[in-house]
Amino acid sequence: MTTTDVSQLDAPRSPHARTRRGINLEKWGWIYMRVSGVILVVLIFGHLFVNLVLGDGVSQIDFAFVAGKLSDPFWQWYDFFLLWFALIHGSNGMRTIINDYVSAPRVRTILLGALASSAAVLLILGTLVIFTFDPCPAGADPALVASFCGDLS
Amino acid sequence: MPAKAMPATEGAAAADSSSATMTVPAPRPSVIPGGTLYRGNEGMWSWVLHRITGVAIYFFLLVHILDTALVRVSPEAYNAVIGAYKTPLMGIAELGLVAAVVFHAFNGLRIILVDFWGVGTRHQKAMFYIVIALSVVVMAAFTPRHLISVFGG
Repeated sequence: MTTTDVSQLDAPRSPHARTRRGINLEKWGWIYMRVSGVILVVLIFGHLFVNLVLGDGVSQIDFAFVAGKLSDPFWQWYDFFLLWFALIHGSNGMRTIINDYVSAPRVRTILLGALASSAAVLLILGTLVIFTFDPCPAGADPALVASFCGDLS
Repeated sequence: MPAKAMPATEGAAAADSSSATMTVPAPRPSVIPGGTLYRGNEGMWSWVLHRITGVAIYFFLLVHILDTALVRVSPEAYNAVIGAYKTPLMGIAELGLVAAVVFHAFNGLRIILVDFWGVGTRHQKAMFYIVIALSVVVMAAFTPRHLISVFGG
């Protein structure tokens, strides 16, 4: 918050409230939480059901299991939307909490900067992993990769 | 203003209007129960739980993106780290994580109904108990299935 020029203040009993022009980012953040929240209920419940309920549950998860999923464009895009919707939803929620509890402007700026930069790094890292992933890396132990890899040279 | 020492006992009574300090009336006692804004009702607890579960899920998400990124390093690295998720201690912690996700999901839908459904605010208490009930039902179904995967063969 910057200091407000007294001449900018509405006089008492002004007939009309002064409206701010431009995009209201707080409003769009509020809307984003609700829209992405509904999408995330579907995406995360689906994610948990496929990984932890179907098949052998958590004990089935290993490199070959993930390779089987990420070699399918459907799961690549599923995980892509899961990553982006979830991390931005979570970061925006953490932003709200920082704004609620951190009153020192410098500390708040540092925390918000750390939050935004960690989100940016993880979004880029996760997206690269999803789309550059090689399910059959050359020279890998055949016992650890998916069965469809066949001969590895 | 040069402060001439006044006898404290006579200060208020013998007030010379130019040097007397203004006496401020004592503040009225707070009408907020318990001197806090936290009312201890369903609305407060749904808000508190939504924050706590949200923060917990956020920090898990950071770790989960990084551990999944290990598929890009090597099958051995990924399997070594994901093995930690299959230990009994982490298996039980995952129940807490899934419970947090399930509550956050259902309570998030409740918040959307409070915001957008015409009579949402009137039914917010009832909806909170429905959120708890749905979370218990989902966890009652998920818990045995997950524990079999963690402790069973």
